Amino acid sequence: MSIWAQRRAQEAIDARPWTGETRRYDIVKEFVAALAVITLLTVGLAIIFGSPDRPAITLGAWARTAPADFAATTVAELDGTSGTATYGAPYINDPSAGQKLGPLALQRGAGVREPINTATDFVLGPLSTSTDPAVASAVAQYRAASADQQQKWANAYADALAKAPNGDPAQVAAGDYGPVPAMTASLLAMAQRGALDGLIQQQGGFYQTNYSHSLLFLADGTYLEDQARAENLGGDQWGMMNETGRYPGQAWLWLYTFWYQVKPFSTSDNADALVWGLMMLLSAALVLVPFIPGLRALPRKLRVYRLIWRDYYRTTNR
Amino acid sequence: MSPRSGDERMWTARLRNKAVAGFPPERLLPDRQPAYVASWIYVFGVATLAALVVVLVTGAVLAIEGPQWWHVSTAGRFVNSLHLWSVELFFFTMVIHLWGKFLMAAWRGRRAMTWVTGAIAFLGSIGTAFTGYAIQSNFDSQWITTQAKDGLNSVGIGAFFNVLDYGQMLLFHVILLPFVLGLLVVWHVLLVRRHGVVPPFADIEPSKEADTSTAEPTTPLAAEEPATEEPAAEPAPTEVMT
Amino acid sequence: MTGPTKYLSGVVPMDPPGTFLHWGVIQISVANLIVIVLMIAVFVAALVLPFPGRKK
Repeated sequence: MSIWAQRRAQEAIDARPWTGETRRYDIVKEFVAALAVITLLTVGLAIIFGSPDRPAITLGAWARTAPADFAATTVAELDGTSGTATYGAPYINDPSAGQKLGPLALQRGAGVREPINTATDFVLGPLSTSTDPAVASAVAQYRAASADQQQKWANAYADALAKAPNGDPAQVAAGDYGPVPAMTASLLAMAQRGALDGLIQQQGGFYQTNYSHSLLFLADGTYLEDQARAENLGGDQWGMMNETGRYPGQAWLWLYTFWYQVKPFSTSDNADALVWGLMMLLSAALVLVPFIPGLRALPRKLRVYRLIWRDYYRTTNR
Repeated sequence: MSPRSGDERMWTARLRNKAVAGFPPERLLPDRQPAYVASWIYVFGVATLAALVVVLVTGAVLAIEGPQWWHVSTAGRFVNSLHLWSVELFFFTMVIHLWGKFLMAAWRGRRAMTWVTGAIAFLGSIGTAFTGYAIQSNFDSQWITTQAKDGLNSVGIGAFFNVLDYGQMLLFHVILLPFVLGLLVVWHVLLVRRHGVVPPFADIEPSKEADTSTAEPTTPLAAEEPATEEPAAEPAPTEVMT
Repeated sequence: MTGPTKYLSGVVPMDPPGTFLHWGVIQISVANLIVIVLMIAVFVAALVLPFPGRKK
């Protein structure tokens, strides 16, 4: 008999309804018992450990706690060097930006479906709502300048901020920065009094359900990441598995986050795409185990089944 | 009530007959099980199901009160804790269930779809849990979504599934994903009821033991002999229906 | 929160920073390690513990 025929014959046998020895089985009682045990465990764990709820960082809190970081981020949004501004799809139309999975430019391929102009959406737009004539004139001066001039001012101020002690805008060296310092200070003040959180939302209407703008702006700074890394939530800290405080996190993400810790992924610009590609492959392999030779033969070789069915094998020994 | 002549071709009659044939009541809600189902490893499937029920019920309470309730109410915080720990128990029991089913090669005997639906439900659960983290509306949500967006954007998914869009994530987590996951779980459980629990490997003597690809097929106590030239089947036992 | 309702937020203080263990490239929180060790322990117990039923 060929191997295929043998395998098919065994499959047919294993598929037949069981006609051997049976035992009493109360399926409903089993479910109710499981429900009772799980509910008790859940209630116990909830009472003993509770759940984490570290409050969100508002743009206001960020601006008040880390004004230097806020200022630097503002200028980066203006001069187009921030993370969001250089991201590529789905936010920015930049053919050179975006990760690749081998030859596949999937990121770019999906298109710019959440278009963002970081200078307008994060800085100039909110500032133009100000009724302060000094702010209005700074914005007008900036908008009237050529793109080249805007870039010169913003780049120069960015460099100056980086060189200032603690990045403090008040200690920046003198230079030709145009209206950029005034705009930055104004946005900082706006944020510190809580006005920016609402203004920066993109939907422009009364109801807001999409926080892309606030989150991208916040994540362009270093404050959010610093807070996260302090709790071991960073990507290279196995952070995907972790939770704030002492709580257990997501142990089931161990393999996904593992790849980020090792080469070539840890040093690749395309790390995210590569890891996703690999995990998609492994996930497909998990789903298709019954069809993968070698993998599907592993249970037989490992022989743990002899432990599981030991009573059956003992009582039906040959 | 049996269909009159001509009625057998009705869609309703056909569907009903197929359903009843596939799932007679004794198979849907049995009160006996094969004697080889005698290990604690078998309780993890029903434990996962029970955990899922607690997840859904606690989630429903959170939905009734709205997504900000748990931040401002002690009772809300407690229900959130119940939801979190039932999810942890859900993954705990589901993974152990997966380990056990793998070691039993539970896809044998034309049960491949049971494994496939289970594995997809596992992966779908991870995605559902992720959207849950996204809608906590706290520091965790901020960090997790701004990080996760990079993975999703890198392969183009992020353009359609915007994890920074709170409204979208809320609807995915509360409606779309539980619905799809629910269908998968129901399908998975019905497959288990339809095909039964996988029988043990039909082990032969250790000296003749080879892996299943070369061994002659043997029957685990089936009454009939297999259609092979050299049946290696042992005689059927005295049927003990205790 | 005062009175017994304060226990609904968890008895054990879990907000202070967690402890993390390092082995080479591996970093894991104590909490996650406990969860994983528990899973393996429960799994092994399930395989090994005798199951009640009719004995021959």
